[in-house]
Amino acid sequence: MVPAQPAVTAPPATLAEPAPASARQPAVAATPQSVGVDTSTPTDVAGLGRLRAVGFIAPALVLIGVFLVFPALWTLYIGATNFRLTGVAARTPDFVGLDNYRRALSDPSFYRSLWLTLLFVFGSAVIGQNGLGFVFAWGLRGARRWVRRTAESLVLLAWILPSSVVAFLWIALLERDDGTLNELLGRAPGVPWLVRYPMLGIIVFNIWRGTAFSMMLYSAALSAVPPSHLETARLAGSSTAQTLRDVVLPHIRRYALSNTLLITLWTFNDFSPFLLTAGGPNHGSETTPVYIYNTAIVGGQMGYSGAISLLVLLINLLLALVYLRAARTSRRLSGG
Amino acid sequence: MQRSIGVRALALIAGLVVVAGTSAGCLGKSSTSNSVTSKNADAKEFTLTIAANAISGGKNATGADWVTNWVIPQFVAAQKAKGRTATVKFQPSGAADEDYKSKIALDLRSGSGADIYALDGIWVGEFADAGYIKPLDDLVGADKVSAWDGWAQVPQSVQANMSYNGKRYGVPNGTDGRVLYFNKKLFAQAGLPADWQPKSWDDILAAGQSLKSLPGVTPIQLNAGTAMGEATTMQGALPLLVGTGQQIWANGKWQGNTQAMRDVLTLYQKIYKGGLGDPVLQEDAKGRDESFQEFAAGKIGILLESDYFWRSVVEPTKGIAKMADRNQVVGWAKIPAMKPKGGIRGQDFVSMSGGAGNVINPATKYPQQAWELLQFMNSKDATIARLGGAAQITQRQDVNSQVLAGDPMLTFISQQVLPLTAFRPGFAVYPQVSQALQQATLDVVSGKSPADAAAAYQQTVAGLVGGTDKVASG
Repeated sequence: MVPAQPAVTAPPATLAEPAPASARQPAVAATPQSVGVDTSTPTDVAGLGRLRAVGFIAPALVLIGVFLVFPALWTLYIGATNFRLTGVAARTPDFVGLDNYRRALSDPSFYRSLWLTLLFVFGSAVIGQNGLGFVFAWGLRGARRWVRRTAESLVLLAWILPSSVVAFLWIALLERDDGTLNELLGRAPGVPWLVRYPMLGIIVFNIWRGTAFSMMLYSAALSAVPPSHLETARLAGSSTAQTLRDVVLPHIRRYALSNTLLITLWTFNDFSPFLLTAGGPNHGSETTPVYIYNTAIVGGQMGYSGAISLLVLLINLLLALVYLRAARTSRRLSGG
Repeated sequence: MQRSIGVRALALIAGLVVVAGTSAGCLGKSSTSNSVTSKNADAKEFTLTIAANAISGGKNATGADWVTNWVIPQFVAAQKAKGRTATVKFQPSGAADEDYKSKIALDLRSGSGADIYALDGIWVGEFADAGYIKPLDDLVGADKVSAWDGWAQVPQSVQANMSYNGKRYGVPNGTDGRVLYFNKKLFAQAGLPADWQPKSWDDILAAGQSLKSLPGVTPIQLNAGTAMGEATTMQGALPLLVGTGQQIWANGKWQGNTQAMRDVLTLYQKIYKGGLGDPVLQEDAKGRDESFQEFAAGKIGILLESDYFWRSVVEPTKGIAKMADRNQVVGWAKIPAMKPKGGIRGQDFVSMSGGAGNVINPATKYPQQAWELLQFMNSKDATIARLGGAAQITQRQDVNSQVLAGDPMLTFISQQVLPLTAFRPGFAVYPQVSQALQQATLDVVSGKSPADAAAAYQQTVAGLVGGTDKVASG
């Protein structure tokens, strides 16, 4: 969740309800934002001077250094050793150079986990949360205030409950014997949903869980669409599809981009599927974060999983750069 | 603009690191902090914590209740009589064995955690190699260790469970044996005898075929897959393997893609592809617990387990899958070799045994007091109290001779099964080989041919143990 944070700079200050986003962010995370703003200003508006400005942000930088940069370098180091959780290699790990990386790049399990992660991200975040979030936001736009509030609260509830609690509820729902869903369907030998459809299970779970964020963001974005434009479109007799495409979309393009990147990164690194399936059956839902955990903690191969973690970091970085580039293009297009 | 992107990218990098950095630990830590055996030996006031994978009302409830209700008050009182104020706490867990293992490995690594840990004997090697635990002699002094009169009651084979390279790392708390449990009610319905004793794997399959005709009944539960962890190896692959006449490790070589291994995997295939077992249970993250529930509910005919199943799972009052009519309904039989005389040492029947025990955390502030508590926990009185009136094969002969006679099942284990049994090799690499074995069974359950699964297994094992010359194949 933290990694995507700096990207929050993208949605302008018109965000009506920034509160939910901040619930996922530690206080430290505010810093990169201000850094971005400061340095993009050509003159020293605040009159602080370079030295004092540095002093101002130093505490935050120290925190970032201790909690973010240092662990990253540490991971880089671990990834270059044969460090294990137990055994001789736990006491005296050897330096193995790039062996772990070579192994990871020829490891079918790693590629399988990347593929499953891709499915998971695409299905649950890019399509699922994005789409459903927008549908909710659009659908509730004109609803009565209490209907809207009630619906939003329910969606939010799915988001703010602790993962462990939610996972337990979902297991109870999807359990083969005496699971709620099987009882409702009246299946005598119940369907083991999470065993038979593990990926579908965690995708639906994650849509249910994370739609709130997209909904909040889109309802804020939709309030930025000038009502006069919508009215004009209506008078011109445009269909809903046409209105969405030609009037709404241009206004919310940047929100959509920010939202997609945020939820992509969150979902990419999401560990909660583990609580439902533990990566099973037979690695059938072992997304990359789960694969890293299973390799490191269950398999005890700390060094190897350190190497995979670093590869994942690079992939995250790549996603973020794609976003930054897209954000820049979109800003240029919208004249910002 | 360019600078802003640069700084932002940097901040992003920093942010992203958090996720990737989660597996960071502390490398190459040598826990040399505790070489003084006499540390705090004269403390008048001390605090000790006992940790075990046991929790009141859940997993190993009897053990948890014993620590809370017997060990702690009794020990505190005994210390008070000596003029010392002891505070003893219990740190319960109710997790899968593999999760518990990871947890205590991390605890011990960080040089913190409880003072006394319950540990499966098979983890001793890898924990010792990692420096997480130390020989008792080094921790509390050789003279103090050998002075304990309890050792005389603990057989060498049981002591070996908590030893590594000839050194004692902890005090064992007993041993166990594995049998085939079966539901006599279902057997009667299927026309099978109540005193069933299969003589070969084919006999097991034949009984499975008869049970298959009963509606809603899974004939056989033979643990498979990685989700069940060591329970797959000990209650599945290994008892079968010794039934083919082979040990997982013998004469410097690990079993690889051998005929014996393929025979074992073929039996898995016959059970799970032949409709005699439930493949879903093997793949489910909570499959083992569910298999217990199903057996207790009369939905499973035959199940391979250790005496733990009898004592703690289907036990009528405290079990995790209670069977009020356990004594009438649950039958047991020795595990047959693949063919008569086909087992290790030419045996007709086979079994596997393990055992757990307690170790002292090398980071303890009170090594002498921890050792005193450990002796106290393994005294005759404490051991009898631990059983709470039930029977179990404890570490102490003097206790066994008293308690086993009262329980036909445990008597059977100690008299008929233990003489046949085999132990796992105490190498640090064993748990990894075990995982490869679990994966091989999972491969077969989810559709691979035994030959392919065995070939993949061989490749993994060769990588683990350092070359094909240490693996038997053919």
